[in-house]
Amino acid sequence: MHKPMAEPRPSIYYPYKVHAPWLPATGEQVQQHPVLIVGAGPSGLVTALELARHGVRSVVLNSELQVSQGSRAIVFTRRSMEILQQVGVAHRITENGLPWRFGNSYYRGQHVFRLEGPHDPHDRFFPMINIQQQYLEEYLLDACAANPLIELRWGNRCTNVRQEGARVLAEVDTPHGPYMIESEWLVAADGGRSSIRSALNLPLEGNSYEGNFVIADIRVDLPLPTERLAYFDPEWNPGNTVLMHREPLGIWRVDFQLPAGETPEQALQPDRLKARIDAQLAMIGYAGIPWEMDWNSVYSARALTLPDYVHGRFLFVGDAAHVLPIFGVRGANTGFQDAQQLAWHLAFVLRGLASETLLANYSRERVGAAREIIDEAGKSTRFMTPPAGGFKLLRDAVLSLSLSQEFVRPLYHWRTSRPHEYTNSRLNSAGDDNKLFTAGPADGAPPRNVRLGADDFLLDHLGGGLDLIYFTDASAVPGPLREVVMRARERGVPIKLTAVSSVGDLDVAGADRTLIDRDGQFRERYGVSAAGAAYLLRPDQHVCARWLTLDASRLSAALHNLLSA
Amino acid sequence: MTAHTNPRSLSIPALENVYDSLAEAIDRAGQEKTNLFLVKLALLNANALGDADLFRQHLDAALRDL
Repeated sequence: MHKPMAEPRPSIYYPYKVHAPWLPATGEQVQQHPVLIVGAGPSGLVTALELARHGVRSVVLNSELQVSQGSRAIVFTRRSMEILQQVGVAHRITENGLPWRFGNSYYRGQHVFRLEGPHDPHDRFFPMINIQQQYLEEYLLDACAANPLIELRWGNRCTNVRQEGARVLAEVDTPHGPYMIESEWLVAADGGRSSIRSALNLPLEGNSYEGNFVIADIRVDLPLPTERLAYFDPEWNPGNTVLMHREPLGIWRVDFQLPAGETPEQALQPDRLKARIDAQLAMIGYAGIPWEMDWNSVYSARALTLPDYVHGRFLFVGDAAHVLPIFGVRGANTGFQDAQQLAWHLAFVLRGLASETLLANYSRERVGAAREIIDEAGKSTRFMTPPAGGFKLLRDAVLSLSLSQEFVRPLYHWRTSRPHEYTNSRLNSAGDDNKLFTAGPADGAPPRNVRLGADDFLLDHLGGGLDLIYFTDASAVPGPLREVVMRARERGVPIKLTAVSSVGDLDVAGADRTLIDRDGQFRERYGVSAAGAAYLLRPDQHVCARWLTLDASRLSAALHNLLSA
Repeated sequence: MTAHTNPRSLSIPALENVYDSLAEAIDRAGQEKTNLFLVKLALLNANALGDADLFRQHLDAALRDL
């Protein structure tokens, strides 16, 4: 019998709400569902919301009765916010989160590097925004609860899974005992210690780095802006790195590496932890300032991925698919990209628009992204927590030189999560004009936002299917193009035609909507110099084709390529 | 090796000067900080060299006959 914690988790700032468990009716037949999502963390919930957007029902199992213990993921990137906007929760994060764009590195009390995250007036979201994971989960859960296509089951723990033919049977335990559930597909979103990954005996590949890290959340009143603070080789923790981030509600995250040989249990002893946090606060000039502990935990720096995210009818997403180091905010931020991607691939398969082979593309693209991220994460980790020997020596030499030598300071650059470009994706159209463009997002790249007016941006209008963006100054979209779009729609392909016009305020006939680009900024950001150009965006808004002059046959070819990959 | 043909290579008196001053600097750094000092020096020299390929050749040359 599954017994999830029934008392609210302890927190000095977050009011945990304990939900009633979902209980099976006695003698009920095995229920069948198109998609079962195991895990209700950020990746699982975004998968459910994005699936629903494509008209696909899902059941989401949450083994707990409340949201995550502690703040966990606290920094979300611009691309994550763009994805969260697609599923309808970005505005709540904007309302309550702390946006930021500067990072500072300190060594021996000297400010040795300041990182400035680019912030274009055409971007709706800041490079980064901080909010505790409990709030993020709460907003996502609210959105799920409001969506009739999503059934969230609290207190349901998946204990066993097996595939039989083209279906998955899952055994689920509840506070009233177990039941069976059957689905066409199972999405494993059950986190870094994925029990589904273990049950299928799938090994992760990659690196584990030396050392463990304490992360502690404290409430303290520090008159400092929301910027990332990194302290290298501080006197109280020689050789190691300390990071600090402001979170909403007066909470600060303090991360530091444990001295070699110390166990997590030793490091989390209240007295020892208190002494270290006191020492850190004293070092930054706030000796003796009162503070209160909310939550702490120990992490190890690992950079691992499954080599394939699709195993029969099991689909892996987020931390269940890969485990990434805490430096560089790559965990949840990578999970959102996985989830958004998986959802439209799976929806297209379930709706009969593409064959199951499309799912192999999900795996190919996201495993490729994870490997790129692991490579980047390795570089950060080798600087933040260098292994003994050459890397330690080089890192220490750079710290020492950075006090007087400008040229080494860019090595402090904090590589953060960024969206992967699917440059070699099979979904990219081969016969387009990608190579003839001199600017704008290339095939495979994520979209580039455009400010259209006050509180009005391009990405506010996109998503939920394919987007064809057609640049024209004529009063109507050419008939043959409209014909291709209509035929695709008749086959059930979700596609919207957005016209971008530089003249007048009249809607372009044949387009689903018209965006006015009087000053040419949209065309400039998309490298368009003449009317007749177009971009085709996938349902995750990545570019899959672009043309200097679009015609009906090339649009047909691009759609065919996308749906037959 | 390139040293023979490099027009910017050190004259013998200059090389002797580098020899002495490097030895003295290593002693000033002290045994405990010798490695750190030499790595800093290598990075400064690599930056002044402005040629990552040539630096890699130097790494190979220095690794020889250890």
